[in-house]
Amino acid sequence: MTLNVNVKRAWLTGGLLCTALLFTSSLTANEWSGFSAAEYRYFQHESPFSEPDQHNLSFVLAPEYYHEWDDGQQSLLISPFLRVDNQDAERSHADIRELQWLLVKDDWELRVGLSKVFWGVTESQHLVDVINQTDLVENSDTEDKLGQPMINLSFYKDWGTVDLFVMPYFRERTFAGKDGRLRSSLVVDTDKASYESGAGRQHLDVAMRWSQTFGDWDVGLSHFYGTNREPLLQLNSTFDALLPYYEIMHQSGVDIQYTNESWLWKLEAIRRDTTSDTFTALTGGVEYTFYGVFDSDIDVGVISEYLFDDRNDELQTPFENDIMLGSRITWNDEQSTELLIGMIQDLDSSDASWNIEASRRLGDRWKVSLEGRFFSIRNNDTALYSIRDDDYLQLEFARYF
Amino acid sequence: MRKFILLLTLIAVMPFAQAETAEEKGLAIAIESDNRDKGWSDSYAEMKMVLRNRHGKESSRQIRVTNLEMDGDGDKGLTVFDTPRDVKGTAFLSYSHSLLPDEQWIFLPALKRVKRISSSNKSGPFMGSEFAYEDISSFEVEKYSYTYLRDETIDGIECFVSELRPQYKHSGYTKTHVWIDKAEYRIQRIDFYDRKDSLLKIQRFTDYKLYLDQYWRAHTQTMENQQNGKSTTLYWNDFQFKTGLTEKDFEKNDLKRQR
Repeated sequence: MTLNVNVKRAWLTGGLLCTALLFTSSLTANEWSGFSAAEYRYFQHESPFSEPDQHNLSFVLAPEYYHEWDDGQQSLLISPFLRVDNQDAERSHADIRELQWLLVKDDWELRVGLSKVFWGVTESQHLVDVINQTDLVENSDTEDKLGQPMINLSFYKDWGTVDLFVMPYFRERTFAGKDGRLRSSLVVDTDKASYESGAGRQHLDVAMRWSQTFGDWDVGLSHFYGTNREPLLQLNSTFDALLPYYEIMHQSGVDIQYTNESWLWKLEAIRRDTTSDTFTALTGGVEYTFYGVFDSDIDVGVISEYLFDDRNDELQTPFENDIMLGSRITWNDEQSTELLIGMIQDLDSSDASWNIEASRRLGDRWKVSLEGRFFSIRNNDTALYSIRDDDYLQLEFARYF
Repeated sequence: MRKFILLLTLIAVMPFAQAETAEEKGLAIAIESDNRDKGWSDSYAEMKMVLRNRHGKESSRQIRVTNLEMDGDGDKGLTVFDTPRDVKGTAFLSYSHSLLPDEQWIFLPALKRVKRISSSNKSGPFMGSEFAYEDISSFEVEKYSYTYLRDETIDGIECFVSELRPQYKHSGYTKTHVWIDKAEYRIQRIDFYDRKDSLLKIQRFTDYKLYLDQYWRAHTQTMENQQNGKSTTLYWNDFQFKTGLTEKDFEKNDLKRQR
């Protein structure tokens, strides 16, 4: 097992946090929760790049501490995160997902610290969601995020909610290391990231969002100015590694959901402007749910979304003209059994990727999850080409406390 | 407003009616019961839900429920889960309406995502229990048509028995039979009949306690499924009323900071 500098740093941070918590907890009531999990991944094929190990084991610890005072108007939330992986030193990593002080007033709220924010409505990808950096080593589906340092002020008015963000520090994207799976053919050297802005990762990013509900319509408009969370990957001078280069971007986004009986209509669209490129992308589609199929308690949802990007460049995004088809099956049983199956088909080639996620509670505190990702990629001009042999099945046992 | 019109219609019809019909009597009982539970403004309560399968094996959920009384519309409700631990922090916001579809949002804490969800799922089980979503949503007179059936004494309590037929869409029931006690107009028992019109579930309301000298709340509610042998009991406690909550406390932004 490789314990790298990231992990050592994590334990140090963890130790400091615990000391701080012991101190605060002696003063007032507080609450601990969270989970730990063991995860096993079986890769169907040997990797074309790294050590040919098809078995991967890793462990996660994700505690959460919450404390509120001032009649609930002020609170502190701390959620550190640690993963230890038996293969990939880059996947063994630690993070502070949240370390947030929250002040709640009548029609405004203030959040200061590391926090996590989600924007958007669609299922296949999250274009509008740009506040937090993706923790890519966690999962290739880009749904895991790193804690973002921020000051967030929210106003609640009759005409909608306004969120203002000031982000003084940038978090770099994580990438699989040389011994990891789901990596690019050349390893991304995250120690040699560079920035368009002279301020580097201290560039002051700002964002704002307005959101409102009009009856059956939920609408959001957002604008972000700051360091692009998605780096350009550039060859180094010796042609043996990729170096992340983070540009400054403007991104305007809109997200809309129309809810009508069992139909959910969803649309997300963005316009992103950087020095190297300007483009428009959108995701839109529907979700329809059949409730209580065949007189049972089971709900079957059908999801279909179209993914478009006007760069029309498979290397920049594989989702430039694709369709996603999926189904979400909910048993509504005591164990909250769920199954999500999805596939994204490229409309210009035969390339497709499949995704399965299932979970079920065991007793009161355990949960078992199964995840599978399968790739059918032949086109070597796509960003997905390097992970064409990374089909895997993953089994995870989590215990909540 | 709709309630007001109904009431006016009822008053207008009264003088001409020689004898009250079964429909009029059923409606009058429902209106009286509804009127007696008006004016609580907002409420908070904690609830433990115990699920039993047919072999007697139990599992439980801990939930906190906050409600806001709305004049002339269905109530607003905010439900937060404390257990099972894997769904801790999941919060559910609902604006209920009499005949129009409810508006509902759910907050998923792992993704920090607030999702607008379809409210057509009236007949589905709530958290794997024997309670359907429609069984725990707020009572509004306009949701049903009424027929008074008979007087009956159950467990030593004199009751009116009425038949209710859901007027809203997507109900899992053809009808329910409801026992309301004559003394305080509290629901004592509900029999639910499924879409094939056979008896599906029996709900019993016990441990009534009086709050603010006006509002009766059943602290134990048991739902027994007559077809699959499963049952669910809700144990309520720590009821609070008029705590000063407003519509601002029932907006989708509030979901994110429920703990």
